[in-house]
Amino acid sequence: MALTTYVEAIRQGIWEEMERDESVFVLGEDVGIYGGAFKVTAGMLEKFGESRVVDTPISESGIVGAAIGAALMGMRPVAEMQFADFISCGFDQITNFAAKCRYRWGAPVPMVIRGPSGGGIHGGPFHSQNPEMYFVHTPGLKVLCPSTAYDAKGLIKSAIRDNDPVLFFEHKFLYRRIKEELPSEDFTVPIGKAITRRKGRDISIITYGAMVYIALDAAKELEKEGIELEVLDLRSLLPYDREAVLEAAKKTSKVILLHEDTRIGGFAGELAALISEEAFDYLDGPIRRITAPDTPVPYSPPLEEFFLPKVSDVIRVARELYAY
Amino acid sequence: MAETKVIMPQMGESIFEGTLTRWLKKPGDAVKRDEPLFEISTDKIDSEIPAPASGTLQQILVQEGQTVEINTVVGIIGDGNVATGPSTVASPKAAAPVPQASRPAPASKEEEDETAPGHVSPIVRRLAREHGIDLAELAGKGTGINGRITKNDILAFIEQRSTAPASGDTERVPMSAIRKSISEHMVMSLRTSAHVTTFFEVDCSSILAARDALKADFESAGTKLTVTPFFVLAAVRALKRFPILNSSVEGDTIVYRKNINVGIAVNIEGGLIVPVIKDAGEKNLQQLSEAINDLGERARTKRLTPDEVKGGTFSVTNPGQFGAVIGTPIINQPQVAILCMGGIKKRAVVVDDQIVARPMIMLALSFDHRIIDGAVADQFMADVQKQLESWS
Repeated sequence: MALTTYVEAIRQGIWEEMERDESVFVLGEDVGIYGGAFKVTAGMLEKFGESRVVDTPISESGIVGAAIGAALMGMRPVAEMQFADFISCGFDQITNFAAKCRYRWGAPVPMVIRGPSGGGIHGGPFHSQNPEMYFVHTPGLKVLCPSTAYDAKGLIKSAIRDNDPVLFFEHKFLYRRIKEELPSEDFTVPIGKAITRRKGRDISIITYGAMVYIALDAAKELEKEGIELEVLDLRSLLPYDREAVLEAAKKTSKVILLHEDTRIGGFAGELAALISEEAFDYLDGPIRRITAPDTPVPYSPPLEEFFLPKVSDVIRVARELYAY
Repeated sequence: MAETKVIMPQMGESIFEGTLTRWLKKPGDAVKRDEPLFEISTDKIDSEIPAPASGTLQQILVQEGQTVEINTVVGIIGDGNVATGPSTVASPKAAAPVPQASRPAPASKEEEDETAPGHVSPIVRRLAREHGIDLAELAGKGTGINGRITKNDILAFIEQRSTAPASGDTERVPMSAIRKSISEHMVMSLRTSAHVTTFFEVDCSSILAARDALKADFESAGTKLTVTPFFVLAAVRALKRFPILNSSVEGDTIVYRKNINVGIAVNIEGGLIVPVIKDAGEKNLQQLSEAINDLGERARTKRLTPDEVKGGTFSVTNPGQFGAVIGTPIINQPQVAILCMGGIKKRAVVVDDQIVARPMIMLALSFDHRIIDGAVADQFMADVQKQLESWS
């Protein structure tokens, strides 16, 4: 069977849900005739027609508002942000309206907003950001960050079937760089469940998105020195898998928290707090963070390379923590 | 394929972990729902745990002797359609190799005091506490940065200590959970209460006569009648007249207990347990007899429920059954008094200026002098003595 890329997995997931459920439709900038800036919606217009594949004006605020309205009226919109960075134009409607409808009057908002996030493609400060934490801090939303083609397909399907507003951050660096064989039958990946990508006895790295591969590559190098890393891929940030995080921390007693997002207010802070509160008596060293520095994402390629967490960063911190 | 996870149950509200002491089934064995599956030992109780479902014990995830948190999955019961998988539990971790180059030399400050364990991480402190290790023993042997004692160091030390051949004249055996619990409880009680013990002699002629008279009736009702219920009943009646002995101390407050719940110390393998006769104050001799026999039997066969070892307000212990003349028991906190029974033996006593043989027993009462004065304790004991000697 052919290998499926991460981007194709997302396309298949949406496609299959549109076939399965007539209330599912896509909207966004250039999603129709052009098939989406990254071709996630390629071929959908021909297959499903313009009432279900809606090209919109360049207005993220308008896209989000239309999606929320449609969701409240019983549809299941899948809205595309051409780049996840632009989701901030719809921030008020997402955080103040969509996130609170269920709380205020019990109304489900079965909407997915998806968009390419992350750096490593020399996209500069407006096309490389990781905006997940704005929304992780908003009760009422769900936030997903898949790292594999399997998870991307399984989670986009779960997101579409979910009755709450789900933000789906696709890592654009992974779009065509990773591929795997996918099952031919229908499958989903549960929201809120982490997965162990590698077992190891010495240090647990907890991460998500493209950083999963940085962790795995570092683990391969460190293995040669006899340092065994456990790698936990969160997959969902809101809700997140507290049990798996605590289990990983307790297992090795030493924890590295790795993310591409910037440091202050990043997800690592939440994880560090949880582990201190619930697993303090299991720790054998300081909880270490590896994150991007607190700056915008640089456009300059050498600066961007410096900005993004690297395999060498993980190796350095892991050695220090191992020797601690 | 149906699978049922077998978990470490929570045996009592303040219990957070338990030691799996013995599996009663092997992987691949058929099990029936509610059939005893494994034995556990916690701070409070040793118990057999029944299988939550019928099927085949597919996997054992927690090995005998391991201590795990409550709700940990200890095994899997399946419907028998799956081959027994290998246990996925990690083998005890070997000490990891350490890159020598990355470790700085110990700081001179550490070298000055060879016995100081230095900075200790939470898990090292916890493991030391759980395994009764004095960290000074590991001082200078740490492989972490600046000679810090790491988790691996202490795990290796525990491993080596437990596998070290019994050298010469000592053998070191880690305490079981129940032993540790008893140990802590006893020392805590001595530290808490002002222990005083008073002794009384009692002529058992009346109760032995009463027992002989009642024995057949009790036995036909299915109850073996021993002397213990007589002492418990006498104590219960006296407690109603001297309620201070059925109280406890909370700070500067004396808390009188409305119900009389009598704990009976039972010797079990590896320790002792004190099952409680609830509402002993409402029970007659027959009911006390049944309760004592039932609790004793289930204590020895590890079938007590956690509720049955809680809530005691007064205790009775009987070292006389092992031949003791008398003992000076430690109070079972948060209670304030405990009655101790010696052995019944015919002794020469003087009655009406004649030396006669009488079945005598020594009774002792340890009481908490913080709130019970000697006069009150002795009045209580005199009350018990009077009842027993004039039993009818």
